[in-house]
Formats: sequence, C-alpha cells, structure tokens
Amino acid sequence: MLGLDWMILLEVDVSTIPTILRPSHEPENNSSASSEKEELASITKLAKPHTRIAPRSGWQIINIKELSQSWELLWFLTWRDIKVRYKQATLGLAWALLQPLANVAVFVIFFGRMGGLSAGVENYLLFVLCGVLPWMFFGNAIASAGNSILSNERLVTKIYFPRLLVPLSSIGAAGFDFLVGVGLLVAALIWYGQWGGASVALAPLILGVMVLATIGIGSFLSAVIVLQRDVRHILPFLMQVWMFATPAIYLSPESFGPTSSAILPLNPAHGLILNFRAALLGQPLDWYALGVSTAVTLIVLVGGLFVFRRCEKSFADVI
Amino acid sequence: MTIALRVENLSKAFRIATGPQGGQLLGERLKSSVKSWWDTLRGRRLQRQEFWALKNVSFEVQAGDAVGIVGRNGAGKSTLLKILSRVVEPTSGSADYFGRMGSLLEVGTGFHAELSGRENIFLNGSILGMCRREIQKKFDEIVEFAEIGPFLDTPVKRYSSGMYVKLAFAVAAHLDPDILVLDEVLAVGDAKFQKKCLGKMKNVAAQGRTVLFVSHDMAAVRRLCNRGVMLSKGQVVKTGTADEIVELYLATEGDVARPNTWLAISQVPRSGGNRQAQFTELRFSSGQEAGIISGGPLHVHLRIHAEDNLVVDRVAVALYDRHGMKLLNADTAPMQQTIPLLQGENEVAMEIESLPLLPGNYIMGLLLSKQPSTHFDYIESACEIEVAPAPDDGIRPTNDGFIRCQYRLHPIHTAPLPESTPRIYTL
Repeated sequence: MLGLDWMILLEVDVSTIPTILRPSHEPENNSSASSEKEELASITKLAKPHTRIAPRSGWQIINIKELSQSWELLWFLTWRDIKVRYKQATLGLAWALLQPLANVAVFVIFFGRMGGLSAGVENYLLFVLCGVLPWMFFGNAIASAGNSILSNERLVTKIYFPRLLVPLSSIGAAGFDFLVGVGLLVAALIWYGQWGGASVALAPLILGVMVLATIGIGSFLSAVIVLQRDVRHILPFLMQVWMFATPAIYLSPESFGPTSSAILPLNPAHGLILNFRAALLGQPLDWYALGVSTAVTLIVLVGGLFVFRRCEKSFADVI
Repeated sequence: MTIALRVENLSKAFRIATGPQGGQLLGERLKSSVKSWWDTLRGRRLQRQEFWALKNVSFEVQAGDAVGIVGRNGAGKSTLLKILSRVVEPTSGSADYFGRMGSLLEVGTGFHAELSGRENIFLNGSILGMCRREIQKKFDEIVEFAEIGPFLDTPVKRYSSGMYVKLAFAVAAHLDPDILVLDEVLAVGDAKFQKKCLGKMKNVAAQGRTVLFVSHDMAAVRRLCNRGVMLSKGQVVKTGTADEIVELYLATEGDVARPNTWLAISQVPRSGGNRQAQFTELRFSSGQEAGIISGGPLHVHLRIHAEDNLVVDRVAVALYDRHGMKLLNADTAPMQQTIPLLQGENEVAMEIESLPLLPGNYIMGLLLSKQPSTHFDYIESACEIEVAPAPDDGIRPTNDGFIRCQYRLHPIHTAPLPESTPRIYTL
C-alpha cells in the first residue's frame, strides 16, 4: 500500500501537503493551489503522517492541536507527581490536610489572636481557611511549576513531547492537594452553617481563573529558571512576600482603604481569593477586584506562555 | 522504494562563551548576565563564538533500511539524533520523516525510581508516545520480554541495573515505531539480553520499519545495519552500504591501528613508570602481508628508548577487551630472562605463535620493568588491534566469547548416519 513513490510528493513544496499531515508545530499556511492539493490529499491518505523538523518562528503562543493530543501524557505526569509525593510518607495523603490546617492555625493564633487582625470578622477561623486553601494552591502551583523544567531535566534533554506539559502537570498535582483540602473546606462550611447558597457556583469559575494565572506565572518562571538559575533561589522568598502582599487571605475587606482597594487587585491572587471566599460564604462580590484580577490574569497568561514558547526551544541546549 | 527520512542541509550551532569568566568584578558579571538574560528572552543572538556541531548534513533513508551512523566522538552523531528526535532544534535546514518515530537516546528516560515496574511501564510508555490502551494491550508482552515478572510491583530503585535496563528497553521496543532511533543504548545489559535486543531490532527492520543506530561497535553496526552514514566534524563524509562505511571508518577514523606500520606511542597516556626507559614506537604484524588473523601469529615489534644502559627482565604485551578485562599477557617474567638495553634506541620483538582470540577488536597494553619493583614504562592502552576471522572459520555465532579453542563432537547415541563414520568438527 505504501508502494507510491514519495519522491513525487517531496518534489512539491511542503506547504502543499494537506494541513492534517503537516507537522503539528509548523505555522499554518494555506496559500497553495487547491487542485494540486486535492490530488495530494488522495495520495497522502494512504501514507504515514509527515513530520517536518525545522527551526520555527516563535510567534505562536501555544500549539493547541499538539496539546490536545497529549491529555493522556499530562494525566500520567500529574499522576506521577502526586504518587511520588505521597508514596513514602507514613501519613501519606493526610499531609494534604495537615498542611493547610497548620497554616490556618498560624494565622488564627498569630494574626487573629495576637495581632488582633480578626477584628470585624465573625468567624476568623473559617475566614482564614477560605483564604489559605486557594492561596496554598496558588503558591504551591507556582513554586513547583517554576522549578518543574529544571527538575525534569532528564526528560527534557532526552525525549520530545510538548514542554508545556511539565509545568502543567506540576500545577495539576498542586490542584490535587487543593481538591483534598476542599473536602475539609466543605465540611467546615457545613459545620458552621455558613453555606453561601447559589453564589457557591461561582467559586469554581474563580478557581478556573486562578488556574490560568498559575499557568501564566508558572510557565514564565519555569522558562526563566532554566536560563537564569538565580531565580530559583529567589522563588521561595518571592512566594513568601507574595503571600503577605495578598491581604485577602488574612484581612477583612472592610479594613482596606479606597486606594488599597483600587490597587490591590492588580495582584491576581488578591482579587480572586477575595471573591472566592465571598462566593463561598454568600457575601457580596467585589466585581471591581474580580474584573481587574481577571484582566491581569489574562495578560500574565498570554505573556507567560509567550516567554515559555520563546525559551523552550533552547531548553535542551542550555539546561 | 519509499523514503522514510530525508535530511536536508541540517545544521546546528552551539554558542560557546568566550573571554574570562572568573576574574571579573561581581557588578560587571551581574550586568553581563542580566544583559544576556534579557537578550535571550528577546530571542536575540549573543555575540559569542559559535561551534557548528552539524554543518549542512543531507541524506535520505529508505523505509525498511537499518542505518548505522558512525563517526568519532564529537563528529555530531548524537546531535543529529537529538535533532531527529526533536529534543533540540536545528539552527537551519530541515528534516522530514514519515510515520511515527520512537527514539531511545537513553535507556529509561522518564523512569521514576520511586514507582514500581508496573507504574513505570505506563508512565514510560506514555512519555514515549503510546496511548494507554496500546500499553495495556502490550503490557504482558513487555513484562515477558523484560523478564521482570516477580518484581512487577517493586519500586525500580530496588532493581539491579540489568533489570532496569531490560525493562526500559522492553517498553521502548514495544512502541512499534515506523522509525526507531537508538543511541548506543545497547552498550548496557548482559550479553544474552543484548542479543535479544539486537534480535528485536532486526525484527523491527525486517518488518519494513526503519532503524537509525549510532554505535562505536563496528561489529554491531555490521550485524544490524544494511546502510551506513559516516560523519566527521559535523559533516557527512560518505553514505553507502554498512560494510563500505565500516571499512571506511576503520581505515580513516577508527582507533584501530594498522598492521605492518610503525606507530608512535611516546605521547600515549601512561599508567605508571619512571620513563628511564620507555616505549617509543610499536609495529605489529602477522609475520606476513595480511592483518592479524584469529588463531594466527601476532608479532609485536617494540622500540624502546633508554636514558642509560639498563637491564630489564620484564617485557610484557597484554591484550584487553573493550571493558578492560585482561585476556592474555605475554610476559617474560616467568622466563627469568634478562634483557640488556643500551643507551638510546633499542628494538625487541615479542612473538605470539598463535593468538587464541576470536575475531574482534582488542586493546594492546605494554609493560617494561625490572623485578621486583622498578617500573620503567606501563601503558594500559597503547593501541587497538583488529583480529580478523580465519579463512576457514565459517560463520560463527554472535556473542561468541573471546577465546579460541579446539573442539570436536562425537555422536554416540544417535541415529546412524549414511556413512557411519563419526563426524569430527575441527576448528
């Protein structure tokens, strides 16, 4: 069945090969004559898929087709990250609950009781829990995605697959921890009878935006860390500062002045966590903060993916 | 014939940093690194010296061919394979291939030490490009091929390195690629398993699939491949049949020394010796025009430069396999023979009557000393020699061992042959 002479095909400009058969990472270019194209399509239907390896221009942000074919690999990489993390720990999965609980305890004792920041909040423990859980997802996802390419060096230098899957799988594993924590959160909401009603449906949407933010920032950092290792050492410190710069976690919204309220949502974590909690507890949403944070998220997402795309081709050379 | 892979003017440049890196002021270094970082982010070329690992490489591979890519270290073989498996991007030029490509640049890529064999089969299969259903379908076959049955649920960190390699190769071998790219991965594993892998790869080639194989082992290239590409300094020197390419490689690039010619060995790295007397040149021969033949004589002529008049009692010529195992040692020590050396040039000849080694490449080592404890010169690897099969050897099995022996088979309780004389096989 493959007895056709491929030379015939190869005499023709590659751009005339039907798009399905073209390499997934080559920019589309549909400028060729259609009659020739149809003829070729009938020939190449029998043939094996064609891949072209050539230097590529860096203007395409993501290759959706290639990514959509890699769901299984993304799942396997995520599953690996989760499995390896809990494999040898005696307490195993319980850590996914203990970590947020310990963080909540720190906030309640040191910020709430000793720092007196709980003023104006009815149930500070629940309030902090609603902030700490999404923050831990945000912080852990960015930190692990940021280091992901470097820590998967062996994979990256030895085999081809869409590189973006590496930070994405780290974010996926952080998402798994978060889902375990959500069980705790739901239990707490029911226990305190604070279920927010219909607005709870908004929480997953807000989380979705938060995932986009971690993808943008995480992929940016993972690329930058490969090129400039110093950033790796700055990262833990950066995330700590970022946490304190996100007062939505531990401060009541009423305590922000008008200027702070206007500026703080530029930090996407702030606006998203603020509204995540409001949606869960059925409090009025801050639409301004949500809008600004979402807009910043989208910009960060596009920028982060763009930088990743520009850098990924040199990963194997530089790492 | 159909083309499986076509490489056109493929080039790859690496940038090498030049100039002093150490002595600069911290501020300056920080400034230049911030600048280079910013430049890289913007995709800008840095003003650095470029090194072309590959330069305008072009060749074609027909579907069903097994192609051996040979060349010295640094000839660009690995870079070529990395580009073809899309790990690194070429600087210019292009390559087109048809069908699914499976590349095995390293054994066990993506294996995680903490995960069990079973889990790693799925993870590794998925990384290599198989879908879950495909892995499930081939799972039993993979386990059987890898011979790890009882250890399937043990974390691979507890595996022996042999088991690890077997499992890794088993997964890759069952990928069923149209084009299989291999980078010297068979150098690991025991001989039996290597044979099994070579067999599996031969099957791959026999099914009309294409194999690209990089190796330093010319015997493996000959055995496995029907075509060859020779690279040197990033460029294609020649493409042709595997035999042609191996011949060319051995004649021009190989480390294999030529018989009947003097070879300077003053600069060869030493493993010891005070060099008061040292080997300067060696020439080996079979005593005739032809090269060294398995079972035939090996004469080694050695030129020795002595600083002074000396007496030595040990001149030894040893042969090692590639892994450094000493196979034979022609040593004068047990003979109680004293050899006087005059100041200046001396020449001695070591004659091995019949070389008890099977065909293959061996490393020659030399020793010059006076007992009990004066080492004058000690070279572990002076040169590599090729031992050719004897004309009446017939076809020998692969993985044949090293040592030549005489043997015969007497049928005792078998059906009588037409001529009822015992058949004697002599070699």
